[in-house]
Amino acid sequence: MKERLVLVGNGMAGMRTLEELLAIAPDKFDITVFGAEPHGNYNRIMLSPVLAGEKTIDQIMINDLNWYTEKGIRLHAGQEVTRINRARRQVHAADGTIAPYDRLLLATGSSPFILPIPGNDLAGVIGFRDIQDVETMLVAAQTGKHAVVIGGGLLGLEAANGLMKQGMQVTVVHVLDTLMERQLDPVAADMLRASLEERGLRFLMGAHTAAVLGEERVRAVRFKDGLEIPADLVVMAVGIRPNIELAKQAGIYCERGIVVNDTMQSYDPRVYAVGECVQHRGQCYGLVAPLWEQAKVCANHLARYGIGRYQGSVTSTKLKVTGIDLFSAGNFNGGSGCEEIVLRDPARGVYKKLVVKENRVQGAVLYGDTVDGTWYFQLLREGTDIGAFRETVLFGHAHMADSGRDGFSVMTMADDAEICGCNGVCKGAIIKAIAEKKLFTVDEVRAHTKASASCGSCTGLVEQILAATVGTFDKTPKEKPMCKCTEHSHDQVRKTIREQRLTSLRAVFDFMEWKTPDGCHSCRPAINYYLISTWPGEAQDDPQSRFVNERVHANIQKDGTYSVVPRMWGGLTNPKELRAIADVADKFKIPTVKVTGGQRIDLLGVKKEDLPKVWADLNAAGMVSGHAYGKSLRTVKTCVGTDWCRFGTQDSTGLGVKLEKMTWGSWTPHKFKMAVSGCPRNCAEATIKDFGVVCVESGYEIHVGGNGGIKIRGTDLLCKCATEEEVKEYCCAFMQLYREEGRYLERTAPWIERVGLGYVKSRIVEDEENRKALYARFLQSQQYAQIDPWAERASGRVDAHEFQPLRRVG
Amino acid sequence: MYDWHEIGALDDIPRLGSRVVQTPHGDVAIFRTANDQAFALRDRCPHKGGPLSQGIVHGHRITCPLHNWVLELESGQAIAPDVGCATRYPMRLEDGRLWLGLNNVVSLATASREAA
Repeated sequence: MKERLVLVGNGMAGMRTLEELLAIAPDKFDITVFGAEPHGNYNRIMLSPVLAGEKTIDQIMINDLNWYTEKGIRLHAGQEVTRINRARRQVHAADGTIAPYDRLLLATGSSPFILPIPGNDLAGVIGFRDIQDVETMLVAAQTGKHAVVIGGGLLGLEAANGLMKQGMQVTVVHVLDTLMERQLDPVAADMLRASLEERGLRFLMGAHTAAVLGEERVRAVRFKDGLEIPADLVVMAVGIRPNIELAKQAGIYCERGIVVNDTMQSYDPRVYAVGECVQHRGQCYGLVAPLWEQAKVCANHLARYGIGRYQGSVTSTKLKVTGIDLFSAGNFNGGSGCEEIVLRDPARGVYKKLVVKENRVQGAVLYGDTVDGTWYFQLLREGTDIGAFRETVLFGHAHMADSGRDGFSVMTMADDAEICGCNGVCKGAIIKAIAEKKLFTVDEVRAHTKASASCGSCTGLVEQILAATVGTFDKTPKEKPMCKCTEHSHDQVRKTIREQRLTSLRAVFDFMEWKTPDGCHSCRPAINYYLISTWPGEAQDDPQSRFVNERVHANIQKDGTYSVVPRMWGGLTNPKELRAIADVADKFKIPTVKVTGGQRIDLLGVKKEDLPKVWADLNAAGMVSGHAYGKSLRTVKTCVGTDWCRFGTQDSTGLGVKLEKMTWGSWTPHKFKMAVSGCPRNCAEATIKDFGVVCVESGYEIHVGGNGGIKIRGTDLLCKCATEEEVKEYCCAFMQLYREEGRYLERTAPWIERVGLGYVKSRIVEDEENRKALYARFLQSQQYAQIDPWAERASGRVDAHEFQPLRRVG
Repeated sequence: MYDWHEIGALDDIPRLGSRVVQTPHGDVAIFRTANDQAFALRDRCPHKGGPLSQGIVHGHRITCPLHNWVLELESGQAIAPDVGCATRYPMRLEDGRLWLGLNNVVSLATASREAA
């Protein structure tokens, strides 16, 4: 028999938990849901737009009643639960229904806090919490004229704005002198107030409400100083209180909320709790983002995977008042050891403040221009070192040295504007999919629309569209899981491989409790890389966990043929090699011969079964694999240097050849390109390479972390070297640090932005002992890597099955 | 309805790997899963015609090497939300030998597709 799960509370947190649970363990539980409201489940954070007349109730429904039937969930809508009998493990509802449980999930949410003042029970005095409240407000707006909103926080201002849109005269009463003090600093709060006053809202600041006046219905509000103002409707938005009566009465330990541990269990381990009713590590949350994270962990635990932990949330806020852009996150008030970076432009109505501590973002307040909110929030959550771009950080992501596409406000773009250039997805299609398919995460948008599913350079834009459309931010946890097969992040997997001395994929899957029997196309190549880079010569390379290009040592093309790029050390070639290439192209009828950007020759359109024969001919002329297909050292591009050039300062070609002979064959997290230029004119374009050398009269400048692809990034200057020997040592040490610490499929450019140039310097430049150790480890692993894969396969002794059909029939 | 062809031994294909059988119907990809089951699909992804035999096998699924579409080996169906299907062929495994069932009439549709 299936276990029985009872959910009390049909709101966002509880239902999100069920959805997560159904996705990973659809048949585990027999599920019963009790909801106090007589509807299906709706997106509560979108009530403000409904009140403002910008959305309808139907548009904010997440799951209608049919959904519950389809999923086989018993829903008791409109039924309040009155009692929990923990001894018998039963839930009692007001109408006498009794539901037995094996696991109980409490998601009872919170209630608006109603001020304990005379008259607070009069008709026309409400909170702002559910559909019922919105309906009451809409009715009041038709008959009455004056509305008083008590509370100048996020919810109060959204309510006030909505009522004003419905034609009422609205006064906002706030006990403090600044609005939204939990989200805004005084400067932003004053700008907000001025802007709202311009729209017609009135404010009474520093006002203490004494009583609500009226007979049966509210008529006026009186303050402590004796002032009275007329009111046909009073909305109390002074805070929320977790609904814990039910839990308390059942003897479950509560403080401000139901106290839960990191797996969302209360003191009774059969009873879980999520959402606004919960107190976790002393915190109660009233925003939606933490609920998503809690739901994920809770579902994971209910499904008995038992590997997720909730460790609290960093939250961000956005005010949903059309025309006012406001964003806040983290610690925005600063404090000791914190610095503030501020941009204020009153004419444009823009204010931006970042609170920074030791070059890491602690908090942000944005007013008037919130396009970069997502980006700052990401910097905050990931603890990114902003030292390298601190001077321009306030100008936004667009001013980073990137393509500039994800800088401006995506919401000002037309619906037919193309967002994803790889898959041809326009903005309108993404918004439509988000609305119709009720998508909440970038992964979901990716799956349904293919936007940002290929090169990923438009991920920022998609995040922005998602944020603006859903009204919240995509909650990716600080450390993203590697893929859907596991909860573990890349860093955790690699650490475990090292600490537990795991040397095979099977060992990783078993030890780290993989959810799938043998991983997927995303995690297998990553783990395989971590294994062979951590334990060179010891871990067995698994061909079936390699992308086809690395398995057959050539690049697959759109028609299923392959391209072949022989290595030309430092871009040097000679008549013998060129003749051999020409002969191969003739002999195997290779349709296209092209010169590449990395100074090599590419033979395109080779049939798979011809590959070993092509390689045998190229080998015979002394050429080996150019690894143009691998997450590995690609090419070392050079200029001619002192041998020929009248400006050359060093032997750049010779140094390039030496570097390439030393590093070829090494596997790296992503492709790795190098260049050596003979003088600062930089003809080899060394400053957009992963590792670039620019020769100068006095020696060699070492540049790292450049990229000329998706996002153009100029290199950072790492240091200067005096001799070629030193350059070689720095080169290997840098590659090895990247090999050991870069995440799979992370190029050096984003890696350096993540860890900071200062960190790389501290490990390589300032720590000589560590540099030499890295150098030695690199050379050691090269012993196992520098075997020409083409020669092995041309001999017919390795992987012959890859190149021959199993059989011809008919 | 089917002609059964012996195409080789299970051990000719690596675990979680694939080989191609050339037939008058076009190339057929033969997949071997971790638990030694074998499946056969036409070697063309319904998306852009990518050679499925070059993809990565995981569980009872295959990921196409060109654009990462994922298909069920048993049915040939693409994993939602992608929509599409690769033709599947019946397979038999007897004493470690693989048998592939091919429809004994090569359909005109297939023939013209191949010609195109």
